[in-house]
Amino acid sequence: MTWATREIAGWGRVLRAEAALARPERQRTARALAESAPAPALGRRRSYGDACLAERAMLTERLDRVLSFDPETGTLEAESGVMLGDLAARLAPLGWLPPVMPGTGFATMGGAIAMDVHGKNHHHAGAFAAHVDRLTLATPAGPVEVAPGDPLFALTAGGLGQTGPILKATIRLARVRGDVMMVTERRMADLDAFCDALDASDAPYTVGWIDATATGPALGRGILEEGEVARGLVPPAKRGRTVPLDAPGFALSAPVVRTFNAAYLRRVPARGRTVVRPIADYFFPLDRIHDWNRLYGKCGFHQFQCVVPMDARPALRDMLARIGKAALASPLAVLKRLGPGAGHPMSFPVEGYTLAIDLPARDGADRLLAALNAATAEAGGRVYLAKDSSLTAEQAHAMYPGRAAWAEAVNARDPERAYETALVKRLRLREAA
Amino acid sequence: MSAPQTETWLILGASSAMARAMARALAAEGAGLILAGRDDDDLAALAADCRFRGATRAEAMRWDARDPATIAPLIHRLAQAQGVVSAAVFAGSMPPQAEIDVDPALIAGVAADSFTGPAHVLSRVAPLIEARGAGTIVGVASVAGDRGRVGNYVYGAAKAAFATYLSGLRNRLNRAGGHVVTVKPGFVDTAMTWGLPGMFLVAPPEAVVASILKAVRRRRNVIYTPFFWRYIMVIIRAVPEPIFKKLSI
Repeated sequence: MTWATREIAGWGRVLRAEAALARPERQRTARALAESAPAPALGRRRSYGDACLAERAMLTERLDRVLSFDPETGTLEAESGVMLGDLAARLAPLGWLPPVMPGTGFATMGGAIAMDVHGKNHHHAGAFAAHVDRLTLATPAGPVEVAPGDPLFALTAGGLGQTGPILKATIRLARVRGDVMMVTERRMADLDAFCDALDASDAPYTVGWIDATATGPALGRGILEEGEVARGLVPPAKRGRTVPLDAPGFALSAPVVRTFNAAYLRRVPARGRTVVRPIADYFFPLDRIHDWNRLYGKCGFHQFQCVVPMDARPALRDMLARIGKAALASPLAVLKRLGPGAGHPMSFPVEGYTLAIDLPARDGADRLLAALNAATAEAGGRVYLAKDSSLTAEQAHAMYPGRAAWAEAVNARDPERAYETALVKRLRLREAA
Repeated sequence: MSAPQTETWLILGASSAMARAMARALAAEGAGLILAGRDDDDLAALAADCRFRGATRAEAMRWDARDPATIAPLIHRLAQAQGVVSAAVFAGSMPPQAEIDVDPALIAGVAADSFTGPAHVLSRVAPLIEARGAGTIVGVASVAGDRGRVGNYVYGAAKAAFATYLSGLRNRLNRAGGHVVTVKPGFVDTAMTWGLPGMFLVAPPEAVVASILKAVRRRRNVIYTPFFWRYIMVIIRAVPEPIFKKLSI
């Protein structure tokens, strides 16, 4: 059978949809499907909101093979459903890594292009699509090869799948000198110290954990982690654990999170420290706990991620104050510098500070999200659509000024709008205005 | 893992999801692989993937269960491999029983894909295993072969015949140091079962392959996978025929 009906959810488990899903296992089947029944491609559905929801879709999870790898040049061609964590695990011992790795290794290569994902090295390396040499799109008229410089490439990079399923892609890997991470951790006293340190850091990989429950003078305190790949003894791989059931509501209640965060901060001595970690633990800290999204209970959670310009530190401070006051924050909050954007109309990363935070879907979450979205818009920033579950169409349109032209070009290629996902419909991303 | 570096596996029907999982698991152990089937492009992709994952060698070769002329090159290639040679069969076809009822000429094709074609190849692999005094054959039969049901009895009959063949082959190769594992999977999450109504307890191909490789290491004879299918089939086989003929399970 080609189609199976399943209920699918975004990773945050708040937004859900009943979907007819096809799951081709071979390129030939995928091409035939794309010709006879065009539908958006879905990978491992790690987008938090509804970017990975659609009424009808092609799952790429079985199109996950590496088609060629040149250990001299670090050029790798693979089917789009290959997971970046799988690539990293196999490549690191060979001296290579995927050039950009998001916070989960379960992200697929196709998803990484469609969301133009960024990693802890964005300030040096840019986002994922900057490392793509070429890709193959499945279209109703047959496969089309696309390379950087083609107008179609800019529509596809960060293009939310709206140019059709990516069948395969060739990427340039990053050369690494070893297979462990040397991580230097330093406590940051407050937001200004944090932003200054982020600006000053020239480590290859930089990320900040922020205590989003802190208020007053401690607002914005956290830990700055600067990492580089090094050679070392590889600690034995730990087995993944699975969250067997939905956690009860109090598991991530405000007092629990406050206590946890304070302890987590003190774990790093006041003078800082340097530790050695397995590569996967550094890049994908949560992947060892399978289905960790169930820790938020059956109501699920939202993730808010914005980027604001470098001069918008006060806006960042206001947002953190609001989050602290709402007592909704989870332990998961990240602050990072992004380097200059790639210029693709729907690609999220642009220069500035990016704040990402998980918010349990409890009372008050909607109000807080609305306030954070508005504050982002006012600061001249934008929200990451791969995370979004709460923007208004007007906000999204204003945050992505290239959207209208992008929509026109995408609609010309797909007038039936077969590739629209739930996110694209909710935010009317393909409407003229 | 127990498979020595030099072991070479011939995989028949290598484009199936279960065969792909098997090839990848063997590749990670550093095995040599000959991937045989009809979809050349797909097999070439799998071969490249297996090389990336650590296979000492991996090559795609054309094999059609309905074309005996495609057998000799496979055997020739396998005979060239140094060390232990083994084979795994994932081939088979299951057209809807209703189509077969309308066009009984389809029966010959099902028998060729699921029984006679693979058996023909294995009967040529067997002398290699006997000559080298080692080697394993993994034959994927089916729980459908344990009892004929209205829903797929031609497929079931072909798989039953294949299981009986494997039993005899095990008896033969056991004398020469070889071994045969008969695998009877229940529902496996593949393109064959995707979207079919009435599926339950569907196992991922990787889990099935993990149990196959465990059975290979432990020289088990007949395994059901997932394991509970052994008990389900005990019950299904125990239903008296006067009752069974009225059931539609």
